[in-house]
Amino acid sequence: MKVNGFVHPAQRDPRRLLSDHLRHDLGLTGTHVGCEHGVCGCCTVLFDGAPVRSCLMLAVQAEGHEVSTVEGLAVLGAPLHPVQQAFHECHGLQCGFCTPGFVMSVVGLLAQHPNPTREQIEEGISGNLCRCTGYASIRRAVQRASELSQQTPSPLRGEGWGKGR
Amino acid sequence: MTTKWFGERVQRVEDDRLLRGRGRFTDDIQEGGDRALESCLVRSPYAHARINSIDVSAARALPGVVAVYVAADLPFGDTDLPILIPHPNLTHGRTQRCLASEVVRYAGEAVAFVVADSRYIAEDAAELVQVDYEPLPVVITPEVAAAAEHLVHDDVPGNVAAEMLQEVGDVGAAMKSAPHRKRLHFRFERGAASPMEARAVWARWSDPEQKLTVYDSTQSPTSIRGGLAVLFGLPESSVEVIAPDVGGGFGPKIMLFYPDELLVPFAAMQLGRPVKWTEDRQEHFLAVNHERGQVHEVEVGFDDAGRVLALSVDFIHDAGAYTPYGIILPIITAAQVPGPYRVPNYRVRFRDVYTNATPTSPYRGAGRPHACFVMERTLDAIASDLGLDRPEVRRRNFIQPDEFPYDLGVAWQDGNTVIYDSGNYPALLEKAMQMLGPRPAGDHIGMGLGAYVEGTGVGPYEGAHVQVLVSGKVVAATGIPSQGQAHATVWAQIVADELGVDVADVEVTSGDTRRFPWGVGTFASRGAVTAGNAMSVAARMVADKAKHIAADHLEADPADLELVGGKVSVKGSPDRGIPLAAVSVLANPVRYAFGGGTEAATQFTSRPRPGPPLQDGEQPGLEATGYYSPPGSTWAAGCHAAYVHIDPKTFRMEVLKYVVVHDCGRVINPLVVEGQIEGGVAQGIGGAFYERLAYDADGQLRNASFMEFLMPYATEVPAIEIDHIETPSPLNPLGIKGAGEAGVIPVGAVIGSAIEEALGVSITEMPLSPLKLYELSRA
Repeated sequence: MKVNGFVHPAQRDPRRLLSDHLRHDLGLTGTHVGCEHGVCGCCTVLFDGAPVRSCLMLAVQAEGHEVSTVEGLAVLGAPLHPVQQAFHECHGLQCGFCTPGFVMSVVGLLAQHPNPTREQIEEGISGNLCRCTGYASIRRAVQRASELSQQTPSPLRGEGWGKGR
Repeated sequence: MTTKWFGERVQRVEDDRLLRGRGRFTDDIQEGGDRALESCLVRSPYAHARINSIDVSAARALPGVVAVYVAADLPFGDTDLPILIPHPNLTHGRTQRCLASEVVRYAGEAVAFVVADSRYIAEDAAELVQVDYEPLPVVITPEVAAAAEHLVHDDVPGNVAAEMLQEVGDVGAAMKSAPHRKRLHFRFERGAASPMEARAVWARWSDPEQKLTVYDSTQSPTSIRGGLAVLFGLPESSVEVIAPDVGGGFGPKIMLFYPDELLVPFAAMQLGRPVKWTEDRQEHFLAVNHERGQVHEVEVGFDDAGRVLALSVDFIHDAGAYTPYGIILPIITAAQVPGPYRVPNYRVRFRDVYTNATPTSPYRGAGRPHACFVMERTLDAIASDLGLDRPEVRRRNFIQPDEFPYDLGVAWQDGNTVIYDSGNYPALLEKAMQMLGPRPAGDHIGMGLGAYVEGTGVGPYEGAHVQVLVSGKVVAATGIPSQGQAHATVWAQIVADELGVDVADVEVTSGDTRRFPWGVGTFASRGAVTAGNAMSVAARMVADKAKHIAADHLEADPADLELVGGKVSVKGSPDRGIPLAAVSVLANPVRYAFGGGTEAATQFTSRPRPGPPLQDGEQPGLEATGYYSPPGSTWAAGCHAAYVHIDPKTFRMEVLKYVVVHDCGRVINPLVVEGQIEGGVAQGIGGAFYERLAYDADGQLRNASFMEFLMPYATEVPAIEIDHIETPSPLNPLGIKGAGEAGVIPVGAVIGSAIEEALGVSITEMPLSPLKLYELSRA
């Protein structure tokens, strides 16, 4: 499978979750696991461009597919991705545990709706739980991310929903 | 002190790594070469049962299993875990053992611990552990516990762990002579904090160094360190405990010790390899402390104007199966029922009773949401009886701004009595009503309001270390960890002001005993008050030291110097100064220059004063350690108000408008405080309408997942309008009060009040739900 553009050897354990594989076999610990039953959204990654719960997939199911995790949005030392930058500016995170999942959901959302309406924003983040912020700052961050995305060229833009569907 | 950063909306310095996925949570830890062994706890499926036997042979035989422990395998297996906060009224305190071997008293209590090559194998092995249970009668709900038909602990009569009665004034006489009397009954069910990161522990024992290193998703690494040192007979200097990034706490992570916090380090020492344990969400529901279960009987006496003359509150607190946290929760409720109101005659009694449910300890709000609900609902009832406006009844009962300090006369959680330090409660209400504005048009819309106080910033103390490096950068450390409260930003603001540097030049470490081994923990909205003031104390000591060193070189009086722009300079003459970096060099007389400008502090450079380089009482380095120990709690306050719509067919709730006016004294960073409030209100809305821990009569938690325990998503939480007033605390130099829990406290009262008006039904319990409203409407 390809993760953040790099090809990785196949996972042979048939019951290893994609989330565990990313975190503990590939060391990509930015993808978090909050519930392991597909409700909280902390483990959201892009699977062929679309947001999915990596805790509800087996690693072997990702063979031959492209997975993007939060680590792939901005390489170390590079400026933050517009969605990350917007979360920073709007105080869209506190403990930071749900944050990578939100960020990946919003990247997916903006790929589909570059200028999301209020309803599209609600819908786009309605699969992610946050226990710290009360969501107001996250809604503002999505709006801000939309503005920033249109000012800043991003390598991930255009790679979103369309692909693989 | 120049106040350049204090009070500013400084964006958080901790965001970058968290946003890039480079945060470091306990389950992310991998250090020391060996991949950690992974582990799993075997938990009781019964809420109350005798254990006849435990057979772990099949589990031990499974390939990939490294060890399986039961109580008999532990040197501390027959030791009761500590009662963290003993109290004379806790006459029948009971705690569990690390692994149960005789009786289990709640579903989820640990009975065995499996260590294996992976969590997958450990879970396979856990299923092979054979435990022969003999079920015993189950006691669930506080009412059933108080009836005491069955006992949770054979040796605790009536299931009563503690009882406490307090009275201020003469309630009997005042009640008798009151023109109006009313009896009310209120009930709160259990809730759960549910941080997004469940708990986790990682431990490594280094045999060559004889050193134990533990990463723990805890709110109190310093206490964990102390406890592990005692348990394993190690000097504290040989135990390091780090709370790295912690994915939310909200209270239950202040509890210690959960069994895993002892078992993981023990196994790491036994096996000579790192061992980790990461809780899954179902375990978190079952085995991490709950809160909120209380039943209140209230009698209030009042006059024709709606003024409270006497208040009597008798309540039962559902302790769960054990009392590791003592009786802090009912003590807080008892102390906080009167809130911002004058209650001239107040009697409060509580019984803390055992049930066969998960133990309790503070969850954000800690006894206060229930206290506030009781008082606010009581005031609403008075308003209704007398046909008065609800805000007006509040106005007539508020403690006035000129009455501080105000001594309530009841016990507080720090061993003192409750003394409000400062506040302006009428101003909070007026501002909130102004912000709330006119009622929106439409049917089934109700207005709700609630005011509260919160005792914050409890002791005993916190400390901080601040050092200016030879680069001029500043490092600071404190013992208390952050679970998202932006400590690294707000401490940097405080230190930057004292030292006259840029906030970006201050790097803060918190919750790492290697950097700062003393302190208590992050709980009770105390971090800003205790550690914030400790930061200020330490940074000011550094500033004084810098002035004294610079004074020698500038041939000036230290009193004439100031720290501005990264320099120590003569007031009014910014050209006559030396950079802090240079002062840091001079603070450490060296024999060998090692770069970084240190040649300026060697022996053949000119020295400004005679005598030895370090004189009596002087210490090298531009650094200091300072402590702050509060004389008493600081009392934050606030008023919330809302318009709520209830759909009369589906009983769906929509919050149309929600306003908060908040007073936490001087605000260090409005961005951070508003985030705390918004998050608190969201948790309050969850607790008021969505989140309910549903135990059945067998003591089974029927909704131990996020699919059935309904935490609000963005779709359930409205935008919240926030404003502040500032009544600085006279108790600490910075004038600050805590803000962490405030948002959650009055939400149940506000929602209850609003729904009562919207539907015309009596709201006396929390949490509500569409089903509950349907039932109430039909009754």
